[in-house]
Amino acid sequence: MIEASQPGPAAPRVGPWQQSTVVRIRSETPKVKSFRLRLDEPMTYLPGQHVVVRLTAPDGYTASRSYSVASAPDGSQEIELTVERLDDGEVSGFLHDELAVRDRLEVRGPIGQWFVWQGDEPALLIGGGSGVVPLMSMLRFARSRGHSDLLQLVASVRSPAELYYATELPGPETTILYTREIPDGWPRPAGRIIAGDLTGEMLRAPQVYVCGSASFADAVTSVLEAGGVPDGRIRVERFGATG
Amino acid sequence: MSFTRGFRSRGARDTRLPPGQYDTGSEWPVLTAEATPTLSTASWTFVVDGLVEQPSRWTWEEIQALPDSTYQGDIHCVTTWSKLGVTFRGVSLDTLLSQARPLPSATHIVASSFTGYTTNLPLADVTGGRAWVAWEYEGAPLPVEHGGPARLLVPHLYFWKSAKWVSGIHVLDHDEPGFWERNGYHDHGDPWAEERYQGD
Repeated sequence: MIEASQPGPAAPRVGPWQQSTVVRIRSETPKVKSFRLRLDEPMTYLPGQHVVVRLTAPDGYTASRSYSVASAPDGSQEIELTVERLDDGEVSGFLHDELAVRDRLEVRGPIGQWFVWQGDEPALLIGGGSGVVPLMSMLRFARSRGHSDLLQLVASVRSPAELYYATELPGPETTILYTREIPDGWPRPAGRIIAGDLTGEMLRAPQVYVCGSASFADAVTSVLEAGGVPDGRIRVERFGATG
Repeated sequence: MSFTRGFRSRGARDTRLPPGQYDTGSEWPVLTAEATPTLSTASWTFVVDGLVEQPSRWTWEEIQALPDSTYQGDIHCVTTWSKLGVTFRGVSLDTLLSQARPLPSATHIVASSFTGYTTNLPLADVTGGRAWVAWEYEGAPLPVEHGGPARLLVPHLYFWKSAKWVSGIHVLDHDEPGFWERNGYHDHGDPWAEERYQGD
């Protein structure tokens, strides 16, 4: 349930198109890369917001897609985007196969004033696959400010090889659920999220952020509702096809 | 204009695509900010109220009994996908408004959903055969994840204006931002003018 009378959170508003320079490209998994960009102009944003990337061909043709910001606001002029390479993805394929350090890239942001975490309220974060990206921004923000006790992050991934931010994400505030394949000795069997995966403390969080595919988001909201979490506490970001 | 090194267009662009949009093909991405509701047509109603001569309410059976109307064409989501050549069936908003009869002072509407979602539109954009309450997609009942049992359909504007799970419209003499419009998105949302965000 969306509270119709609720004003949007005081999140930064979208700015004009601007250029950036690619300063680092890192592989997260075989199909996922993070791109660190130095913006020509500063951009104030909050964890959970996204930006649009626009590619322009010599004939003037453009292709644009939205990508969540994975980095935490840190006062610098750099942001990091994490992008999954989709089969035949016009933009994600270009970013993965062609874009190089020192290239220029046009971006616009920040976008989205709903799926944002202000950094001061306890929250449960549940992400499936690439849905972990905006939640990672929230986790990085909390850790950088010494407030990681505010957050509990549940990341659902198919297999250990597909875990985003594998060296950085694990911690006392995170829970990893493998749906198809588990690491050796992992106590939880492979499988989709069930009620038993969420503790009472998690279910009491005043705000819940769910991000992933439409089917993942619906499965998670069903589990949350069965656990007694009212719709009004749940914010959902569904990732559709963003080739 | 500055070009992106190494990026080439993929051939001729479909002229049905507004600027900055791409063809999503057979896919229909689901993008909503809230949990998907479960709605029964037995208790479903659609309300037109506010600045109208005759505030009106239709049950599911009553609205289905009205003359139906079909939209064939394209839809455009602000997240940059478009879906080309789709067919929806429902009732024209003109039919509903002809019963409710907006007052001369009426200029805008706010559409509401059973989830609490709202979106604002100029009255001129939802009259003249440009807006529907739609319950059928490609000859089948509209799936719940796409707004079933019925959604607003205003296909000449970005698709967040086409409120899923629509429950009614409220007629006003001024513009009043809805959910996404208070959250940074444009009050009008014309894809051909790229009215994506507040200030565009």
